[in-house]
Amino acid sequence: MSGVMKRMGMIFRAKANKALDRAEDPRETLDYSYQKQLELLQKVRRGVADVATSRKRLELQLNQLQGQSTKLEDQGRKALALGREDLAREALSRRAALQQQVTDLETQHQTLQGEEEKLTLAAQRLQAKVDAFRTKKETIKATYTAAQAQTRIGEAFSGISEEMGDVGMAIQRAEDKTAQLQARAGAIDELLASGALDDQSGLAKDDIQSELDRLSGGTDVELELQRMKAELAGGSSQQAIEGGTGQGQTGSQPQDTPRFDKQ
Amino acid sequence: MIVRIMGEGQVRLDDGHLTELNKLDDELLAEVEGGDEAGFRRTLAALLDAVHRLGAPLPDDALEPSGLILPSPDATLAEVRDMLDGDGLIPG
Repeated sequence: MSGVMKRMGMIFRAKANKALDRAEDPRETLDYSYQKQLELLQKVRRGVADVATSRKRLELQLNQLQGQSTKLEDQGRKALALGREDLAREALSRRAALQQQVTDLETQHQTLQGEEEKLTLAAQRLQAKVDAFRTKKETIKATYTAAQAQTRIGEAFSGISEEMGDVGMAIQRAEDKTAQLQARAGAIDELLASGALDDQSGLAKDDIQSELDRLSGGTDVELELQRMKAELAGGSSQQAIEGGTGQGQTGSQPQDTPRFDKQ
Repeated sequence: MIVRIMGEGQVRLDDGHLTELNKLDDELLAEVEGGDEAGFRRTLAALLDAVHRLGAPLPDDALEPSGLILPSPDATLAEVRDMLDGDGLIPG
């Protein structure tokens, strides 16, 4: 027989596994496919580079062959000038063989160039797609995270998934702590600036300030007293008017309320 | 072994203490099943006390799954029975 502790633990674990199965993290899936896309893009780019390298190699070979061809032509011309028709014939036939090779290489070169252009275009298109996917992925991830946070808050409120909420709560605690620290730093600055919070190092200054405040407060009181005295001495008519309006107002109120009651 | 006390937090317990705690735990289950409210209250308090006494609390920001879970100190017998019956703690 298993006790309460074990049975509760088993129930929690079973539920947690269920919840985890259900919540296969789409963010990981998104990141994974983005990774795959990047790999594909990398492959295409490598392909472009490979083709470009082959093309350059072909160009070098072509240059060499053309150099040889020119050289053979010159040799043939010289041989003919020297009256050595046999030598000239030999040079020209070698040149003809080279020309054949040059034509072959030129065909290959053209094919490669076409392929390279196609691949470059594909790479550009793929790059654009991958970029678009990345933006979309981040949006989805942010939305998902927000939704998840909402779920977690809901769970925390209902108090049902104390165990499952642990991860979320820890993250939240970390975030709360950061926010709290930031808020506190800001608040302390503000409070210090406004003088509401005493700067421990500046107690003496604050004493002076409060003394000054008291003094100025005292003069205000004196001024107020004097003003009131002056009013009492010379403004008794003013007081009568004020009293009259006050009576008028109180008189109008009982008239208003019954009207509302009837409606 | 990590023990969670619901509504309170987690406690790390040496596995050697489990036999001792299991006795109280089994008693508690019998009381839940038998509907012995007074016994349940007494045993739950004793069990929680023992866990507190023998274990060391985990810091709040620790992230460790609990091996065992205990009801909160103020849980009623009916609540605990509901949790253990049928669908368990979380419906669905």
